[in-house]
Amino acid sequence: MSTLSIKHLVKEYVPGKPVLKDISLDIEGRGITAIIGPSGTGKSTLIRCVNRLINPTAGEILFEGQDLAKLSGQPLREARRRIGMVFQEYNLVERLTVMENVLSGRLGYMNAWAAWRRKFDEADIQKAFALLKRVGLADFANRRADELSGGQRQRVGIARAVMQSPGLLLADEPTSSLDPKTSVEIMEVMRDLAAENNIPVMINIHQVDLGKRFAQRVIGMSGGLVVYDGTPDGLDSDILKKIYGGQDWLAT
Amino acid sequence: MNVASLADKSIVTRADFFAPSLGKRLAYVAVFVYLVYAAATLGLSLDRIEKGVGYGVRFLAGFFPPNFTETDIIPGLLESLQIAFLSSLIGTALAIPIAVLAARNLMPVWVSWLARLLIIFCRSFHPVIVAIIAVKAVGFGALAGIIALTFASIGFVGKLLSEAIEEISKKQIEAVRATGASFMNVIAYGVVPQVMNRFIGFVAYETDSNLRNSTMVGVVGAGGIGGTLFSAFQRFDYNFVAGIILCIIGLVMIGEVLQIYVKRVFR
Amino acid sequence: MTSASLEMQRWIRFTPLQRLARFAVFFVMAAAVAWALKTIEIIPEFLYDAPEQVVDMGSRMWPIDWEHFWPAVWPALVETMHMSAMATILGLMMGIPVGFLAAGNATPFLWVNLIAKFILVATRSISTLIWALFFVAMFGPGPLAGALAIAFHSIGFIGKMFSEAVEESNRGSIEALQAAGATRMQQIIMGYWPQVLPTFWSVALFRWDINVRESAVLGLVGAGGIGMALNAAIDLIQWQRVALILLTIFIVVILIETIVTQIRKKVI
Ligand SMILES: Nc1ncnc2c1ncn2[C@@H]1O[C@H](COP(=O)(O)OP(=O)(O)OP(=O)(O)O)[C@@H](O)[C@H]1O
Ligand SMILES: [Mg+2]
Repeated sequence: MSTLSIKHLVKEYVPGKPVLKDISLDIEGRGITAIIGPSGTGKSTLIRCVNRLINPTAGEILFEGQDLAKLSGQPLREARRRIGMVFQEYNLVERLTVMENVLSGRLGYMNAWAAWRRKFDEADIQKAFALLKRVGLADFANRRADELSGGQRQRVGIARAVMQSPGLLLADEPTSSLDPKTSVEIMEVMRDLAAENNIPVMINIHQVDLGKRFAQRVIGMSGGLVVYDGTPDGLDSDILKKIYGGQDWLAT
Repeated sequence: MNVASLADKSIVTRADFFAPSLGKRLAYVAVFVYLVYAAATLGLSLDRIEKGVGYGVRFLAGFFPPNFTETDIIPGLLESLQIAFLSSLIGTALAIPIAVLAARNLMPVWVSWLARLLIIFCRSFHPVIVAIIAVKAVGFGALAGIIALTFASIGFVGKLLSEAIEEISKKQIEAVRATGASFMNVIAYGVVPQVMNRFIGFVAYETDSNLRNSTMVGVVGAGGIGGTLFSAFQRFDYNFVAGIILCIIGLVMIGEVLQIYVKRVFR
Repeated sequence: MTSASLEMQRWIRFTPLQRLARFAVFFVMAAAVAWALKTIEIIPEFLYDAPEQVVDMGSRMWPIDWEHFWPAVWPALVETMHMSAMATILGLMMGIPVGFLAAGNATPFLWVNLIAKFILVATRSISTLIWALFFVAMFGPGPLAGALAIAFHSIGFIGKMFSEAVEESNRGSIEALQAAGATRMQQIIMGYWPQVLPTFWSVALFRWDINVRESAVLGLVGAGGIGMALNAAIDLIQWQRVALILLTIFIVVILIETIVTQIRKKVI
């Protein structure tokens, strides 16, 4: 059985104008699945539908035996705990320390009183330290998140997502605000952490080369539909043309 | 202003050039005319000013030496302090949930409208007016003062805090929500850190303002030093008036220094 | 390296010193509240009685005495508006200079700063009603005393806002003026003033809004405006008129707040 199975997903922000038109996908096992496609085609919408930051209009999202599209309240929150998310603009809580940001990955498992007093499980704290070390920020635990550089922030963002012990990692353009070198480093961190923890990754990405380099599978979206689903090697210029339209840009 | 911008302007036609500034000038003239008119309605005359200043000088002379020895100055000040503390605490405690309810980015429209209406209501009336009503409701004394200043605190902290909450970054909240955190945990980790600093500022200002107002509500019988001050005034006991006023100023200054310290601790 | 990674790491959110400071603040606050609760004189019977009294008052306010509006409330309201406008202008005229004197960078004389700061605290600490008592004694009852009272009370707020804005203003342009040999007055007018202009508008509007509310109570001590009408109605126990006046104040205050918000959006 696959980890995540999306069936006939439709999303309309404006009734009658679907952004996602009948998307069906299965994400299985581990490894990175990259989603590419032109701006405005609904990549973010798709990813956000999965953890229900956006409510889908129709369709099913089967994850760990549940249809996420039908959940709400406590069951939805419990499902969200199992899905980590990495954001383009990191979305750290800027006035909290790095450690608090990483530990906030455990919030789904805590009651408000314990959370308020920062009474995290000792095991969680040790795990957070280990993760921070793993992403190369061992000395930053007590720094405030707004003191970090973009690349450092994204490492914290990844640590926070992995802290959730997720069964699936979503990433919405995690490298779009970073320079090329840092982008590669971030992709490496994400790939390695996901592999070590056995987490499949679904990632939106604009840099096709990065996607090809790190992903085992590439999904090309255009106009709210999946137009390519296959290996990175299969992405030739015809297919890129199909995904992004036109061809002038390919020449450069 | 550099030469290029001047040159640019000279190309603009006369009509363009005058249209906006003419309206502006008319507005200034209108404001000026209004002010002259309003000043006239105040009944300002040289004779009156002369007399008034004369009285004023006599007043100031009457202030010296300030009298701090009267026995009812300390109890009055302490009661003002009590009113200020309790109204700040109760007012803030009530203002927090009301502000959360009033924040349009956290709540459905109808909830936020109800909460905002409550805040507007609390803000509209000066504490002294609320104090008058409260005195009618619960009788003379500190309780009326506490009620009056609690109203004011709800209005002030509620308004500013709800605005602060509305200005926070949605992205940070979204990230906390995505971890599966409950509503209260989203508040604790997504909202509170973003508004904490400003909130402390609001509460500090509110306490300061309650301290100052607690010396005033006594004028209408709602407890505190204000009553003592008012009766000293009516007895023409200006030395005592001066003593009380200096004590109030001292108290507010101490409050201001404490505020700086508290803000530093929580920064 | 390996041994360190096996060791348990401790996570503390605050240093002991920070914790001590926080604890001290909370402790003092709790102690203050506990003291206030313990010693305050509240007659419980009055408290239990309060809901009944409020309901009684409410019932006596109905029906609202609309007839009273044009002959008494409207003129008083107009007077209140004049009073608050004049008071705001006067307050700005007095508060801004004091604000500049209180700002260490615009006025580099410590003792002048201290005196100016004292003036700011003192004018703010003395509430409008007490200022009004003075000015009524000086100039007799009426709106003149009211306008002066509000103006003097506003000095503190306006001056404080200005001195903060001045202290935050950019030094570069001031230094350029100094280099060009500008006098202190020229520095203020050409260097600081343009930088604090936005503060000027927002403070002026904000204070006007506050001053309208303030001017609604001054009538209680004879300083004119709608408070006089309120006081008269309360003294004569005409609750239906009291209701009318309260409603009028409510509406006017909301109107003004809306206007201020609109202007603020446009100007700033
Ligand atoms: N909250 C919203 N309300 C209405 N329309 C929206 C909303 N969010 C996105 N859309 C629209 O949905 C479409 C898809 O947006 P989405 O953000 O999913 O695209 P994307 O593929 O992620 O683009 P990009 O690569 O630029 O991030 C766009 O046309 C966008 O205008
Ligand atoms: Mg996107």
